[in-house]
Amino acid sequence: MLIINNLHASVDGKEILKGINLQVNPGEVHAIMGPNGSGKSTFASVISGNEDYKLTKGEIFFEDNDLLELNPEARAHLGVFLSFQYPVEIPGVTVTNFIKTAINASRKAKGIKDMPAAEMLKKIREKASLLDINSKFLSRSLNEGFSGGEKKRNEVFQMAMLEPKLAILDETDSGLDIDALKIVANGVNKLKSKENAVIVITHYQRLLEYIIPDFVHVILEGKIVKSGSKELAHQLEAKGYDWIKKELS
Amino acid sequence: MDLKEKLISSFMAFEEQLDLSSEVHNIRSKSFDHFEKIGFPTKRDEAWKYTSLERLLKNDYSIFPKKENTIELKDVKKYFLYDLDTYKIVFIDGVYSPFLSDTTHDGIDVCLLSAALSKSKYKKIIDKYFNQITLKEDSLTSLNTSFTKEGAYVFIPKSTVAEKPIQIIHFATGKQGSMLLQPRNLIVVEDNAQVQIIERHQSLKNHEVLTNSVTEIFANERSNIDYYKIQNDFSESSLIDNTYISQKHNSNVKVHTFSFGGKLIRNNLNFYHKGENIESTMKGITIIGEKQHVDHYTLVHHAKPNCNSYQDYKGILSDRAVGVFNGKILVDKIAQKTNAFQQNNNILIDNNATINTKPQLEIFADDVKCSHGCTIGQLNNDALFYLRSRGIPKKEAKALLTYAFANNVLESVKIPAVKARINSLIAKKLGVNLVHDL
Repeated sequence: MLIINNLHASVDGKEILKGINLQVNPGEVHAIMGPNGSGKSTFASVISGNEDYKLTKGEIFFEDNDLLELNPEARAHLGVFLSFQYPVEIPGVTVTNFIKTAINASRKAKGIKDMPAAEMLKKIREKASLLDINSKFLSRSLNEGFSGGEKKRNEVFQMAMLEPKLAILDETDSGLDIDALKIVANGVNKLKSKENAVIVITHYQRLLEYIIPDFVHVILEGKIVKSGSKELAHQLEAKGYDWIKKELS
Repeated sequence: MDLKEKLISSFMAFEEQLDLSSEVHNIRSKSFDHFEKIGFPTKRDEAWKYTSLERLLKNDYSIFPKKENTIELKDVKKYFLYDLDTYKIVFIDGVYSPFLSDTTHDGIDVCLLSAALSKSKYKKIIDKYFNQITLKEDSLTSLNTSFTKEGAYVFIPKSTVAEKPIQIIHFATGKQGSMLLQPRNLIVVEDNAQVQIIERHQSLKNHEVLTNSVTEIFANERSNIDYYKIQNDFSESSLIDNTYISQKHNSNVKVHTFSFGGKLIRNNLNFYHKGENIESTMKGITIIGEKQHVDHYTLVHHAKPNCNSYQDYKGILSDRAVGVFNGKILVDKIAQKTNAFQQNNNILIDNNATINTKPQLEIFADDVKCSHGCTIGQLNNDALFYLRSRGIPKKEAKALLTYAFANNVLESVKIPAVKARINSLIAKKLGVNLVHDL
């Protein structure tokens, strides 16, 4: 589904990703772990097409499409979704209208007519209840004045609505208390299927208690330095990242 | 012959058709003397520092329509709010069009100023209100006053609610080349009365037209007025709108100005407080591009205690467009407990677009709350990426953000049909098809 070869990326002339290789198949959950500044968020941004980053080398294929040739909206239309670490506040656009616009934009790109209003409403209600989101929340301006937990829940709500093939969750656990974490993880798990895949980017092992990964990758200084099963996450939790650094040197 | 000279000879010709003994004519000739003395404003005038009329005044305008021009409803229907049941006062090249209008004398008067000026039954109202709150030293207002002939006359008597909104529409056909139009409107709303008015100046083809309009609005005690100005004209049409509003005790007046098109637009919007507990609201959305120029020049004169004024203007400028916002708030010493709020936010889409924004606060009372703020920014790139990453194409995403920036101005628009029309004009202006009720 997703094939990344020797990906190099830099921002403001500083190289952040220094040769990432990764393959993700349908039905898999991959966790990418690493300390602050290791390049985790850059990796997520680059896959979804953030133009602030300059790609200097390498390639990204998604279902045989060369993603680097595509703009962010085209990637979204293919089914790539990024749950942002810091979702932007957009006053004046309500959650509901935003998601309606997004869904119909994707449909339009695929040559499908707008989703009928009743069907849209039903879907919104269904997915909102999955994430314990009330209707008042949906008529608020997008992310404006949302708590950290509300922002993350809203991200996963959008994911539920857009039903992506590949969801990248960038530090979705940060800022969440344990109850919110469970709701969010439960939401993600309900959306999982044999056809789609999830990349969970996180600092801590905590979220991986609820979203069980098939593979865990450790990213250090812009490279994946170690891959393994979910056991690797436990080892990291117990011994920290220094252990891997020592092992490498 | 320059325009001023032409106006002098035109005024003499105009006088030949008038009853020179009337009080109104006395006002006309005094105003003309004043205009003749001071002439048109120039950039040397502080109030016209950012807006030059020089090029506009070089055109050879005809001052009076040579003949009556007719137009067909189907050609102009789109400029009306047609799905809305309204009274209509429609002018074609300055001449009343009974065919397109829908006036009334049933309980309220929605008719012609020419009728009100000439018929004795209106004399009391005319004597009491006509030209009472205009700025006598203002040259363009004086010019309009001296050529006072036609326009809308609206009178809402005591404790009456106008059942339907009123549309005042001035069409310019362009059938006889460059034209100077000078409509004059008088709106009197008595105690406890209410009215909603929509005003539009519209050319029917791209030609040089300069409209110098004066509207006087009197909001008596506890009255309520909602006024909407829709400005979306062709690229050669210019408008100088001089609106004067006098408010008495407990009255509430809101003016929304939507400026989306035209060559040069200057909105002089003046509020004068003549009582306590008054609410005055001025809101505007300006979306312009190319070489368009829109200047909002507002004044609120807080002359009594316990009054509120609220101003919120949003500007979105692209290409080489120029925007001006000059907001003057004057608080007299007696006007304690004044609340005056003023906000002007702008987005410059292109590097060559310009905004000049100038709050002007003159406060002589000590127990007041006055705030003002202006911002000039660009669309937020992170927000743009966020929307695009959800599948919304760049152009739509930009439009959505721009719309979101301006949209709180629409919250106070009370007529759904007006809101819908403005929404669709904004979408069109931004070049997108916004299918949803954003």
